[in-house]
Amino acid sequence: MMDIGVRKVGIISCSGEALPEGTLSRVACRKVLDDLRPGKSVTICLPLFIAGGEEERRFAARYPTITVDGCEKLCAAKATQMFSGKPSKSLLIREILKSRGLARPTRLRHLGEDQKAVAQAVAEDIAKAVDEVLGES
Amino acid sequence: MDKRGKKVAVMACSGIGKAFGALARETTYELVERVRPDTAVTACLSLLVIGDPEARRLVTENPVIAVDGCPKECAKKSLESQGAEVTRAYQAIDFYKAHKELKPEGISELNEAGQRLAAIAADELAEVVDVLVARENK
Repeated sequence: MMDIGVRKVGIISCSGEALPEGTLSRVACRKVLDDLRPGKSVTICLPLFIAGGEEERRFAARYPTITVDGCEKLCAAKATQMFSGKPSKSLLIREILKSRGLARPTRLRHLGEDQKAVAQAVAEDIAKAVDEVLGES
Repeated sequence: MDKRGKKVAVMACSGIGKAFGALARETTYELVERVRPDTAVTACLSLLVIGDPEARRLVTENPVIAVDGCPKECAKKSLESQGAEVTRAYQAIDFYKAHKELKPEGISELNEAGQRLAAIAADELAEVVDVLVARENK
């Protein structure tokens, strides 16, 4: 990987519209970008990435990436691999929840306080992954 | 598929970088959950990219509405790349242009104005869903 001066990680959320874990992925990733690791992480818009966004694909090919998927179909990880190369880390929301003993989300939108707390916990795991990737690169 | 059982697939871009992606997502939820739960359905847009057969069948065998956040039209392009014929395409930014008093803000969580705008947009799209369903079930 080239030395980019300011090290950043691209975070790619599946944001799956049809499952609550997709919403959780989206919310947790934004927390990392806005609150937990601003300046160290950037978002790569998956729809733009897969629709042929050259800038997004170039970024993902040159910089380390972390994909965050809601379910085992791993759309974000597979799309990243397909268009720009293997992600540095591929996280699965359901595995994070299981490892932390947290309940699976039930809502597609308008998260309640309980699910916001779950999103915060997931975001902390993503932030840890950002640190690990930056430490390795 | 039984022709009379056809539904309208509503696919949102859900862009994570701008409030208009959130508005597209919220409009879609308003449409499939509140306004037309019996005739409108959604699926994960990203499933199309990995060639998920069920998602592909949904968008190739039913009328499709694409709701994008911005003029880059990622949802529409993703649908077309999988052979779907996009029956109607919308950009959430146009909903705002038509209702300037409701400025959507926030990405994880839309502000109140954004949520009201999504509800209005979904009410408007409901008429389109009705027309498409009636046409399919003739």
